[in-house]
Amino acid sequence: MGATLKDATAIAGIGQTPFAKHLPESEKTLACRAIVAALDDAGIAPSEVDAFASYTMEETDEVEIAKAIGAGDVTHFSKVGYGGGGSCATVAHLAAAVATGQAGVGVAWRSRKRGSGPRPWKNTRVQLPTPGQWTRPFGLLRPADEIGLLARRYMHEYGATRDHLFNVALACRNRANQNPAAIMYERPLTREMYMTARWISEPLCLFDNCLETDGALACVVVSAERARDCRHRPVYVHSAAQGLPAQHHGMVNYWNDDPLTGPAWTAARHLWKGADLGPQDVDVAQIYDAFTPLIPLSLEGYGFCGRGEGAAFTEGGALEIGGRLPLNTGGGGLSEAYVHGFNLITEGVKQLRGTSTAQVPDATTCLVTAGEGVPTSALLLRS
Amino acid sequence: MSATEPARAAMTASVRESLSASVPGTTDTAPGDDAGLLLPVPDEDGAPFWDHAARGELRVQSCSDCDELRFPPRPCCPHCQSFASHWRRMSGRGRIWSYVLPHPPLLPAYAALPGYNAIVVELAEAPRIRLVGNLVAAPDAPLNSVDPARLRIGAPVKVVFTALPGGVTVPRWLLERP
Repeated sequence: MGATLKDATAIAGIGQTPFAKHLPESEKTLACRAIVAALDDAGIAPSEVDAFASYTMEETDEVEIAKAIGAGDVTHFSKVGYGGGGSCATVAHLAAAVATGQAGVGVAWRSRKRGSGPRPWKNTRVQLPTPGQWTRPFGLLRPADEIGLLARRYMHEYGATRDHLFNVALACRNRANQNPAAIMYERPLTREMYMTARWISEPLCLFDNCLETDGALACVVVSAERARDCRHRPVYVHSAAQGLPAQHHGMVNYWNDDPLTGPAWTAARHLWKGADLGPQDVDVAQIYDAFTPLIPLSLEGYGFCGRGEGAAFTEGGALEIGGRLPLNTGGGGLSEAYVHGFNLITEGVKQLRGTSTAQVPDATTCLVTAGEGVPTSALLLRS
Repeated sequence: MSATEPARAAMTASVRESLSASVPGTTDTAPGDDAGLLLPVPDEDGAPFWDHAARGELRVQSCSDCDELRFPPRPCCPHCQSFASHWRRMSGRGRIWSYVLPHPPLLPAYAALPGYNAIVVELAEAPRIRLVGNLVAAPDAPLNSVDPARLRIGAPVKVVFTALPGGVTVPRWLLERP
């Protein structure tokens, strides 16, 4: 019998910088601002921080951050690979470290300047987590192209349409319209705008793609016991999982038996196994949305509907406030900010504190997921 | 790609660039910069595929012990863990599994080919072996030489080989019923 993660730890603090197409400060400064804000939100002194976790793609490192914020002796640090697939795993790693006594106060963060800075796929030599020799010579250059191929196949197999993808884009935009911090605050989206938008990688148009954003976010993980003495209602890490399926091949996952069942399925099996709850108990979901097709794929993977039913699930306002599964209530990567999905974690915390700008009444459980299509991770949070 | 001399020079420059880790290519360079179509940068496991392609053969790595095909190539058979493999010749026939039509922002050489396609082909004799490629009207025709309206999931295709500047040959695909 091993130790269980279930409700042993909690997110006690969250922090963020403004989100914008361009912020003047460096990624390191933005990271420090978000982390200091998260610690202040928790009411915990920086000198108590003894654990750090971030993404391998994070370009600010824990040595510099620890020094800058005045952290104490650090006894746990980890980095998670695969871009947006790493978001929830950073919290999972801290939760495991705190639950097993390797650390007492953990900080996870992500700082990015994708709005004003370079895109990672601009460097044609770097192989990224994809086998570039099998894709790039054929002009499959960007994540949008890679996911576009999966989306086209998904639409072909299950009768999914652009209207289904629009349902996803609209739900995220509607929530961003309620969120003053969102880049798309007060900027409504209409079906006509969507249907006449320029293509990025047909069948994906402009509004099927996330925003390029500058910004940073952070959260603080402590033991459940400690969290009860912090400034806000604890948000417990009820279950956590990572997922790298057998024979998976990164974002160009065209080579396993069934490319339409991606890492979400693997992460979900482990997530629900470690939980007292199931998909039917989830009040609100923050599902990684770098591209709209990731939502129907994830809805299927996490068990909200059956195989091939993810597109139809989006019909009838299911993803809106008051719907069957309110989605990405801060606006998500599509309409709040694209900071590799970290804003989905902090929005999940806001929902369970009751402080979201698009609050789901009495929400007590929130699913947060990391990028589908790449080795991924997920959190089941509860109040 | 029916390469003109300037285009050849651009592609050769691209090879040099892609081989120099300190000089990244960029999607942000303006047209006219010497960023060309990308060439494969084979790794140790993949090199035989490209060597066979240069001889006009489509071959896929196969386990020498259990005979299972595997793609992308790798040192060890995921079915029986054998490290012995050989390269089995394929018929070169397949079907379109999916396709996209990328639009700018793109690398300049690709942005100059509006309506170009990228497809995934599942091989006729091994449907789980899927190759990313391009549908073209003729072996040396450009990547946008097929009307996008002709693209259809399930359409039968056959392989051809296109020699690119820099001594690299890539597989491309023709519709069986053009």
